[in-house]
Amino acid sequence: MMTRTIFSGFGGQGVLSMGFTLANAAMLEGKYVTYLPSYGVEVRGGTANCTVVVSDEEIASPVASEPEFVVAMNQPSFNRFQNILSSGGLICVNASLVNTDAARSDIEVLSIPTSELAEKLGTIKVANMIMLGALIKGSSIISFDAMIKNLAELLGEGKAKLIKLNKEALEMGFNYVKE
Amino acid sequence: MSGNAALGEAAILSGCMCYFGYPITPQNELTEYMAKRMTELGRVFIQSESEIAAINMVLGASVAGARAMTSSSSPGMSLKQEGISYLAADELPAVVVDMVRGGPGMGNISPAQSDYLQATRGGGHGDYKTIVLAPGSVQELTEVIPLAFDLADQYRNPVVILGDGMLGQMMEPVDFDNIVPPKAYPKDYILTGAKGRPSRMVRSLLFDTKEEEEHNWKLVRKYQRMEQKEVRYETFLIDDAEMVVVAYGIGARIAKGAIKRLRRENMKVGMVRPITAWPFPAAILQELAKTVHEFFVFEMSAGQMIEDVKLALAGKGHIHFYGRPGGVIPTPVELYRIIGRHYYTATRRKQQ
Repeated sequence: MMTRTIFSGFGGQGVLSMGFTLANAAMLEGKYVTYLPSYGVEVRGGTANCTVVVSDEEIASPVASEPEFVVAMNQPSFNRFQNILSSGGLICVNASLVNTDAARSDIEVLSIPTSELAEKLGTIKVANMIMLGALIKGSSIISFDAMIKNLAELLGEGKAKLIKLNKEALEMGFNYVKE
Repeated sequence: MSGNAALGEAAILSGCMCYFGYPITPQNELTEYMAKRMTELGRVFIQSESEIAAINMVLGASVAGARAMTSSSSPGMSLKQEGISYLAADELPAVVVDMVRGGPGMGNISPAQSDYLQATRGGGHGDYKTIVLAPGSVQELTEVIPLAFDLADQYRNPVVILGDGMLGQMMEPVDFDNIVPPKAYPKDYILTGAKGRPSRMVRSLLFDTKEEEEHNWKLVRKYQRMEQKEVRYETFLIDDAEMVVVAYGIGARIAKGAIKRLRRENMKVGMVRPITAWPFPAAILQELAKTVHEFFVFEMSAGQMIEDVKLALAGKGHIHFYGRPGGVIPTPVELYRIIGRHYYTATRRKQQ
């Protein structure tokens, strides 16, 4: 099975680190994985996106023209990427910033108020991890339990004191989504 | 790890002692990685004032006996050609990385394969060749980098790594277990000070035409040895193939995805992927042409490697072509549709 996910939003919302964390978690699960950051004339505060492909077999192209999953952290990203989502695909939307009235009828929309949830944890900085937790629940790209177990390795050295906070954020997003 | 960072680590493990570079997208992560790691290891890292300076610093380091590398992307590679010509003329080992982007001119910063002819035809002035390695994945980068340093030392010739912007930017899992500490090569040409031995001279200025001609024939014999011994390629599902795709680097990877789809619909398509773009794997194509009539060349350019395929097939078979220049990355589905259509019309023609 192969899943392609595009993460998108403003630069600074942790869009690339969401994708990078997912890619690393999938790698630790022993899957084939590619991570391709957008590389344009981007600026801070501008738009950023990255593509993560996770597969059980060798991956032909790290580019996703028709992804199964999209994460849109801001309105421009929603407008742009909902159009290339494959029919029946899932788009996870940052409900704190994005109006989804114009959503396509053949896709599933998962609205997560990431900013409000993040404030409960005391910092807006973990909004991306809340979103990642929600995506994993909605998509089952990787095993959530395995990811939590590998969190220390995923965050890297020097981030030990942030493990608890990130774990709480991931769980909050994961649990926010009902079956 | 990103392709650029993996490349840097592979070079370090291969004993690269000096790195000189001038920033250009999409290979900046390599320069960044080397800036950090080379200084940590007490090796030489210099961000030069220009691409021309960087390649000439490589020449200087190489003539002093060090394993040296520089890297750039298309517009910067054009600037380095003078230095590469001098390296070839002086018979000095060096590794030069080109993460190709869209061109000509400034072009753009998207992945492309439009520098194939520049890389495989020498690129600079004079009768010379460089070995050109074209990896297709981040893991394969870690295999061709030690090979590049070894070939450079073995033949005393510059080796070019022909990547592309995507290979540099993309992150994939990677391990470095295959890299062994470098072998020692006889360095009986390097300039270390002539104390206690006759002086040596490394130069490319040979005013005497007979001397220059003899030097050229010597180089030609070396290139012939490379053509005999250093051809590398990978085949994919060619045993029963009725159509053979020829593609390299990231293009081959996209083609492989397309071929897997075609095979599900019983279209007998296989692939030859040159790992050495020069020396080009002509013999395998000649061998295949005995039984296969249809060849399909795919490149992310307007058509450059197709010249080598035509030369290799020497009029045999029928060559189809699909190219996307300008930094466009076609998808496996797009390629599947194109190859499928060519396959269909070719087999129908055969039946009639």
